[in-house]
Amino acid sequence: MRPFIAALTIAISTASMAMADFITVASTTSTQNSGLYDQILPQFTAQTGIEVRVVAVGTGQAIRIAQNGDADVLLVHHRASEDAFVAEGYAKQRFDVMYNDFIIVGPKTDFAPSSLDELLNHFVKTGDQTFISRGDDSGTHKRERELWAKYAESMPAGDWYREIGSGMGATLNMASAINGFTLTDRGTWLSFGNKGDLGIIWQQDKDLRNPYGVMVVDSDRFPHVKSDLAIQFAQWLISDTGQTAIGDVRVAGKQLFCPNANQQSEQEQTPDDACPAQ
Amino acid sequence: MDVISKSIQLIFSGDHDLFQIVLLSLRVSFTATFIASCLAIPFGAMLTNYDFTGKRAIMVVASAFMALPPVVVGLLVYLMLSRSGPLGEWGLLYTPSAMIIAQTMLIFPIVLVLTVEALKPIKRDYSHLMNALDVPPMLRLRTMIWDARFAIYTAVLAGFGRALAEVGAVILVGGNINGQTRVMTTTIALESSKGNLELALALGLILILLALIINAAMHGVARIGQRYQVTRQ
Repeated sequence: MRPFIAALTIAISTASMAMADFITVASTTSTQNSGLYDQILPQFTAQTGIEVRVVAVGTGQAIRIAQNGDADVLLVHHRASEDAFVAEGYAKQRFDVMYNDFIIVGPKTDFAPSSLDELLNHFVKTGDQTFISRGDDSGTHKRERELWAKYAESMPAGDWYREIGSGMGATLNMASAINGFTLTDRGTWLSFGNKGDLGIIWQQDKDLRNPYGVMVVDSDRFPHVKSDLAIQFAQWLISDTGQTAIGDVRVAGKQLFCPNANQQSEQEQTPDDACPAQ
Repeated sequence: MDVISKSIQLIFSGDHDLFQIVLLSLRVSFTATFIASCLAIPFGAMLTNYDFTGKRAIMVVASAFMALPPVVVGLLVYLMLSRSGPLGEWGLLYTPSAMIIAQTMLIFPIVLVLTVEALKPIKRDYSHLMNALDVPPMLRLRTMIWDARFAIYTAVLAGFGRALAEVGAVILVGGNINGQTRVMTTTIALESSKGNLELALALGLILILLALIINAAMHGVARIGQRYQVTRQ
C-alpha cells in the first residue's frame, strides 16, 4: 500500500505544471477534424510563443462556451449567429478568415439532379432515401435547416430523415454505414477516412458557401479574457502570414480552406474545385 | 488482423503523443481514484459502524448514483467551473484538474457502496468483541478497514476501471485539447469521428491492455499480501 500511495503523491504533484502563455479557442469540429489546426497552430506558436488550446465542438455549443466566458477566441461558421454574438456585445468585431463549401454526399445512384432545389424536393417527396441530419445546432446543421426552408416544399419529416445529434464525423460514419445522404463541409469530407460507397452528389452551389469568422471575446465583459494574446492570434489569422498558412493546408493534395480576410485577393482568385467562385 | 497489427505498431513506434496521452489518462484516473478512495473508505466505515437517521437514505442515494451517467457529472462540473459559474474564479475548466474533479465525483459512490458491502461481514464478526473490549472509535474503524482490505481493494479497482473507461465527463470538462486534456478515451472518440476506425480500435486495444496490466499488478500485490497473512498465523 505504501509504494502505491507514494506513486499517487507523485502523480498529484506533477499535476501542477508550469503554465506557459496560452489562449483557449472555442471552435468547430469541422476545423479540427479536417486537420486545419494541426497544420497552422505550430507555425503561430513558433512565431509568437503563444500556445493555442482548441476546444472543438459544434458551432452552437462553441458560441455558448464563449458566451459563458470560457474561451478567449471564437472561430465558427454561421454568419447569422456570429453577427448576433457581436450585436449582443460578446465581441467587438468579427473578421472574415476563410471559407470553403458544403457538399451533399450520398451513395452513387442513377438519380442525377439538375439543381439543389430538385435534389432536396426529391428527398422530401419520395422519402425512399435516408437523409442524415446533424441535429446538433452546429453550423452545418443550421445551414441544412436553412436549405430545407428555402427550397423544400415542406420541412423534412418521417422515417427517412434522421436527426442524430452528433458531430460531422459521426454523421459521415452513419451515412457510410447505411448508405444515406448528408450535408457536410468539404474539409471534413476530404480528410474523412471511412467513405465507403459514398460520393459527392451535389457541389459548387452558391447556396453552399461556408464562411468562417473569428471573434475575440470582449474583455470589457469578461475581465479574465486574455485579450492581448487573443487579439494577437486573431490578427495573425487575418495577416498575410496566417492567410498563407491557411491556404497551404492540404489533405491528400487538395486545398481545404480558401483564405478571404483580404476581400480583394478573394476576387482575384480563379475558381477551382476547392475555392469555387462566390 | 489489421487492427491488432496496427495497435502493436502503435505501441512499439514509441510515438510521443501516444505516450503523453496514456500518461495523462493514468494520471487523471489514478488521482481521481486516490481522492475518491480517501474520502469514500473512511466514510463507508463510518456508515457501517454507526446508526443514525438518514443513513439508509444516504445508502440508497449512493447506490443510485453508481448509475450516474458520466456526461451528467461532466455537465454539473462544467456549470460549476465555467467562468459564469460559482467556481469560475478558479479558472479550472479545460484543465486536468477539472477532469480529476469530475471523475472523483463519478466514482465516489461506487467506492463508497462497495466499501460498505465489504465491511458488513467484518462488522458482524467483530462488533461484539470490540464492544466487549471497549475499543475506541478510531481504532475500531481502522481495524475494520485493515481486515477488509482485500475486498476494499476490489472496490477501489472497480472505481479505477470506471474512471479510466469513461469519456462523457472528461470530454466536457477537459475539452479534449491536444497536448493538454486529451486522454485515451477522448482520442478514441475523436479518431472514430474522423472515420479512422481502425486507429480508434487500435487505441481501444491499448486501453484494454493497460487496464489488464494494472489489474494483474494489483491482484499480484493482493495475492502476495494474502499469502503473507496466512503464513503469519
